[in-house]
Amino acid sequence: MNHVRAKSTPHFGEEMSHVIEMIGIRKEFPGIVANDNITLQVEEGEIHAILGENGAGKSTLMSILFGLYHADKGVIKVRGKEVNIKSPNDAFDLGIGMVHQHFQLVHNFTVAENIILGKEGGFVYDIKTASKKIKEISERYGLAIEPDMVIEDITVGMQQRVEILKMLYRDADILIFDEPTGVLTPQEIKELMQIMKNLIKEGKSIILITHKLDEIKEVADRCTVIRRGKYIGVVDVKSTSVDEMAAMMVGRPVSFKVEKKPVELKDTVLEVKNLNVKNAKGVLGVKDFSLSVKGGEIVGIAGVDGNGQSELIEAITGLRKIESGSVTLCGKDITHMSILERNELGLGHIPEDRQKRGLVLSAPLTTNMVIKEFYKPRFGKNGILQKKEIDEYTQNIIEKFDVRSGEGKDSLAGKLSGGNQQKAIIGREVTSNPELLIAVQPTRGLDVGAIEFIHKQLVQQRDKGKAVLLVSFELDEIFNLSDRIAVINAGRLIDIVNTKDTDVNSVGLMMAGIKKEEA
Amino acid sequence: MKDKVLNKPLEAKKASPLLVSISAVIIGMLAGCLLILLIGKDPINGYKNLFMGALSNKRKIGATIGLSTQLIFAGLSFSFAYKTGLFNIGGSGQMLIGGIVCSLLAHKLPLGIPRPIYLIIIILAAICAGGLWGFISGFLKAKFNVHEVVSCIMLNWIAYWVCYDFIPRFIIDPTIAVKSAPIATERTLRSGIFGAIFGKSTTANLGFLLAIIAVVLIWFILNKTTLGFNLKAVGANKYCAEYAGIKVNKSIIISMAISGALCGLAGLSYYCGYSNIMEMGKMPSEGFDGIAVSLLGNSTPIGSLVAGLFFGILKNGKLSLVTLGIPTELADTIIAIIIYFAATNILFRNFWDGLFKKSFEKKEAYFALAVNGEKTMDQVTPEERKELIKKGKELSKTSKEVK
Repeated sequence: MNHVRAKSTPHFGEEMSHVIEMIGIRKEFPGIVANDNITLQVEEGEIHAILGENGAGKSTLMSILFGLYHADKGVIKVRGKEVNIKSPNDAFDLGIGMVHQHFQLVHNFTVAENIILGKEGGFVYDIKTASKKIKEISERYGLAIEPDMVIEDITVGMQQRVEILKMLYRDADILIFDEPTGVLTPQEIKELMQIMKNLIKEGKSIILITHKLDEIKEVADRCTVIRRGKYIGVVDVKSTSVDEMAAMMVGRPVSFKVEKKPVELKDTVLEVKNLNVKNAKGVLGVKDFSLSVKGGEIVGIAGVDGNGQSELIEAITGLRKIESGSVTLCGKDITHMSILERNELGLGHIPEDRQKRGLVLSAPLTTNMVIKEFYKPRFGKNGILQKKEIDEYTQNIIEKFDVRSGEGKDSLAGKLSGGNQQKAIIGREVTSNPELLIAVQPTRGLDVGAIEFIHKQLVQQRDKGKAVLLVSFELDEIFNLSDRIAVINAGRLIDIVNTKDTDVNSVGLMMAGIKKEEA
Repeated sequence: MKDKVLNKPLEAKKASPLLVSISAVIIGMLAGCLLILLIGKDPINGYKNLFMGALSNKRKIGATIGLSTQLIFAGLSFSFAYKTGLFNIGGSGQMLIGGIVCSLLAHKLPLGIPRPIYLIIIILAAICAGGLWGFISGFLKAKFNVHEVVSCIMLNWIAYWVCYDFIPRFIIDPTIAVKSAPIATERTLRSGIFGAIFGKSTTANLGFLLAIIAVVLIWFILNKTTLGFNLKAVGANKYCAEYAGIKVNKSIIISMAISGALCGLAGLSYYCGYSNIMEMGKMPSEGFDGIAVSLLGNSTPIGSLVAGLFFGILKNGKLSLVTLGIPTELADTIIAIIIYFAATNILFRNFWDGLFKKSFEKKEAYFALAVNGEKTMDQVTPEERKELIKKGKELSKTSKEVK
């Protein structure tokens, strides 16, 4: 590594060996210190991971480096020189590029058009030269991207590579990856890891923001851990175990295994038969899908985001019209029932988007806790709200599910943290004691403590003999919780397998649409 | 609770809706002062005249109440729709349709009907007519996803042309061919009680009592009933309401119908109370003024009542400005400025929130100075906090002096 370093910073001594140095960074937001004296030192030519739970301050730190926020205190040095990064343009000029979690691409433009967007040059832009350069870069780093492909026709993994290409095209040599694997299949993740390694070989430096430990273990050289805005330490990834890193991240030893009793199957609760459902574009998003869930088991639906999971769940819960096929709940045909009737039959639903579907953010917790049952005599006798009953009911959920909020039951739902919002929703759904609990991405964006709690709640439902249908894009979660795994790809059920008879690799292949027999 | 240690981060105070509304009024009136000064008149006398003109004696108070009634109804109507997630800009049309139906009944119902029954009939008719107009908007939104603003504006014009046709066809005043014939006083909402209090020919009428009843009723519906819970949930987040099993489309229709019914009552009190004729080709501005009333009143029922009375005062008092040589156009401009500031109350909210935040941050800094940054403000009782802030303030002063 020494020769690379010498090339870019010939005049400086040993202490200048870092391509990026952020020293003593502090950033406050009203009521919260997002970064408190954080130090980050990235060596040239390394993959440096930043590990922390959601809300630990990773994104704030990177936003400061990328010029989106300005630090209250601290020094940033790039290649040994102190810099003042005021905007993303300054960051670009310093050779810092960021691959965002949500891609910033124009869907009906080609790859080349997207890449030169904002850098077209004069009035007439020269797409030919650009395409040539894009092709060169693509080949050099093994990205397998053609400049004339249209974004909407290519896979999510490829779109991400276009984002990487965009950075490389602008001569970035320090690349920040913000949670890059959230939208990828296990196979695509492997490819990305390989690309990262190729980039390092070509002399680039990478900062990888993530909360996934196995990814860090796979590619990173060193890892900086932050917790609640504070710098905890930097470790050498090779010589540190996953458990040690997890403990640093959370502040206490963590168990990733969920304790489960042996399966005790009851009657079938949910029966989905030959279901066809149209998606928002008006084409079939769920095709001929059949699935059954019995009491006392958790069935996990594994698949990459956007393969029909949302449409399937919306069809079962009544939010979306069913084209053909049938859904049966507790022996009753609910295919054409209203949402209300389904809820009354014993359907609980932890929705994918907790802020859009799950809660009325501008209303207090009391409203949110009875929103499904306010019309029942218990809460709304003769059309008059029973305030005392509602308050007690809400208080009960808050205590039982440890929902923390500023003003207790009167807190606006929008003022709660993500974890507490989700606990409130789970509290509401579990307290109504549903026969079938559907949980869609129940732990997305939550910290480890909240994840443990929510997993425990789902397993408890199962142990009580209720049925649980889990949808998650995190394979770890699917494997940890599910008794059976149903794999969905392009709206079709690829296969249902027992969790103990399968492994991440074969499920990963199925998620890409390849059935075991074919593989 | 007051002297407990909170142990959770404190936040800067937020501006209350009342403070925001009052600042809008004050700034609006100050801007009016400036205008009056610009034409070389005395603003203090101007405002004195304005308020005296609206409130200085019983007769004037009566006129103000008569003028306010429609504004309260319209403001209440808009507030109700707004609280349930809808933007009812069709108040004028709903007023017209309520007004024309009631005027027709006033002229055509047999004279023998006892007054209480007659009153009940026209009140119900106003509710039904306005409610129908609101229902149509709600139905179009629920069924065909037509935005209520679009359908409301179209329905305003439909009502306008309906009146334009019905007035000459059924109730024309033969002597003045652009107005309906006046309704006999005993067929209007005017009543002896109001006459006894405010003078015989006062425009204050039973509509004002109806408006107060409506304010209480709407407050009760919104805050105490499952219906209100239902409608507000849809207004606040229709996706969550849908998920929870609430019938969103039905709720939208109910909300619009209730909102329309309130404006129907505004039409009743306007055309068969405050006034006793309908003019052809005139869209009542009260339907739109209701939006300003509602915004100034923070979209609450009580707020609409107070703001409605306030606008009534301005509207009635403006006539007295003329006696000072201030043209009525200027008086209208002042009202418009206040409406403008009421509508942009977000500016005031941001201003006050910013101010509160600054003072909070200052306190935080003093506190940190006093405890050397070892504690945060939530870890002590409020009294200790006050003491420590004071101490920090002195510390910072002395350190400045040393410098």
